[in-house]
Amino acid sequence: MISIEDLEKQATQVRRDIVRMVNGASSGHPGGPLGSADFLVALYFKIMKPDPAKFTMDGVGEDLFFLSNGHLSAGWYSVLARYGYFDIHELATFRKLGARLQGHPATAEGLPGIRMSSGSLGQGLSVAIGAAMAKKMNNDEHLVYCLMGDGELQEGQNWEALMFAAGHKVDNLIAVIDFNGVQIDGPNEKVMPMGDLEAKFEAFGWKALPMFGNDMNEVVNTLKKAQWYTGQGQPVIILMTTHMGYGVDFMMDNHEWHGVFPNDEQTKKALEQLNETIGDY
Amino acid sequence: MKNFINLGSKDTRSGFGEALLELGKQNPNVVALCADLTGSMKMDAFAKEFPDRFIQVGIAEANMIGIAAGLTIGGKIPYTGTFANFSTGRVYDQIRQSVAYSNKNVKICASHAGLTLGEDGATHQMLEDLGMMKMLPNMTVINPCDFSQTKAATIAIANHNGPVYLRFGRPKWPNFIPADQPFLIGKALMLSEGTDVSIFATGHMVWNALQACKILEEQGISAEIINIHTIKPLDGGAVLASVAKTGCVVSTEEHMRNGGLGDSIAQLLAMKHPAPMEMVAVNDHFGESGKPEDLLKKFGLDVPDIVAAALKVLKRK
Repeated sequence: MISIEDLEKQATQVRRDIVRMVNGASSGHPGGPLGSADFLVALYFKIMKPDPAKFTMDGVGEDLFFLSNGHLSAGWYSVLARYGYFDIHELATFRKLGARLQGHPATAEGLPGIRMSSGSLGQGLSVAIGAAMAKKMNNDEHLVYCLMGDGELQEGQNWEALMFAAGHKVDNLIAVIDFNGVQIDGPNEKVMPMGDLEAKFEAFGWKALPMFGNDMNEVVNTLKKAQWYTGQGQPVIILMTTHMGYGVDFMMDNHEWHGVFPNDEQTKKALEQLNETIGDY
Repeated sequence: MKNFINLGSKDTRSGFGEALLELGKQNPNVVALCADLTGSMKMDAFAKEFPDRFIQVGIAEANMIGIAAGLTIGGKIPYTGTFANFSTGRVYDQIRQSVAYSNKNVKICASHAGLTLGEDGATHQMLEDLGMMKMLPNMTVINPCDFSQTKAATIAIANHNGPVYLRFGRPKWPNFIPADQPFLIGKALMLSEGTDVSIFATGHMVWNALQACKILEEQGISAEIINIHTIKPLDGGAVLASVAKTGCVVSTEEHMRNGGLGDSIAQLLAMKHPAPMEMVAVNDHFGESGKPEDLLKKFGLDVPDIVAAALKVLKRK
């Protein structure tokens, strides 16, 4: 069984990958994936533990993950590669012509681990609900996870989906909101205040759990708790507080690092703060 | 010309509803979703027979498309049902990303397309859907012409692995295609052979084209009537073979001229076999309230309009 310390090492390596990938592509989004790296590592290495060699599009008999906020692609690709879906050296092709690692996740290029294109926001939760309902129809007791951004909740489709999942008792679904409080134009509070999200989710009929997403111990424990709440007639949602840009001091909590790549000097400075724990690609 | 008889007018949406029920019995993976229009879409029989495979999503079309895309992951064959307007324009980005780009096996089934929706008026009279859908890579676009063809098409698309847009309508309309006529996706259906002018028709306008053919025959003009039920992929071979013979073309559809069937045919002919062409379609104008037949007259989609277009294009040969 993988220890918390080993999960943290993976997360640090994933953060190094993110910074190097975005720098290598001279484009991309470093802030979001740095903040959610702990969650993605915990989900794959500790919670879902899928078998990469047995990847199929249908995913029958295994837990499924959907990334709704597709601009977190660098982080997801790194976790998929580190977990064994493809060679880590392919991370160097991120956002380059002919690459399977498209700017936003795509199924068209046949990258193992990806079942749905995302990038245009607000669509992932609906897809995850559909996949969860297919699991029920197939008598497949595995769970479906979906990561969404907080700014993404401003898209109306999410609220259609939130209403539906509770109304139809889609209780094999765990949604996670990356609540870093920041979106491209600035803090959520300035761009579009969303009020008390936990109260809103509860009012919509979901079981809502708070979590600090940059503490590996808390991430693992909350995900286990969320699993426990499944199968009880209610969908489950985790309001995951994170620091955008976590792990790199000058990026942390700064909305300007949402969609800007670090230059070579900034990359060097960032990597000095992130130890090469597993080995670079 | 070959004589086609109206076997009794029926709405094309009922063809969809009957087929869906049959599919439910044939294929346990077929799932239906509806956005609060079960009765109008004729999906109630399926919903009653297969409650575990019918998903009522309420008035939330974006969510419906997303859920349908998700259901394919797990091997389901989802059929979504709502009006053409809410099936396309309202959810274009959801279809683009979660269905077409992701190449998911979703069947987007749309009723009440075109002017013949009638009294509800322009807000609901979708005339741009074929264009929007045919522009999406991976998408197959089908617009059957009557009850029997809609029924056959609904069943046929279950065996086609990939996104499909299936468009049909509201009014009772002549039913003339034999019930046992096989539906072949992407294969044009020759209805009546002719030598002077090729008339390519889709949807409700196929019947009008057949009526026009009779009138033209009385005037000594031999029109070839070809039913293009699959807008995409277009049966280019059938189009080119017919035009090579006749040398001029009329297209007719209950759709905007921009982006419709005529537009696809014109593109093909411009590149492969330039020929005089007239288009009988709505010309850059929203519809309005009225009876279906009155609307077709007002917007230039009636039988005499097709006859006039044929006579005009013959003079341009």
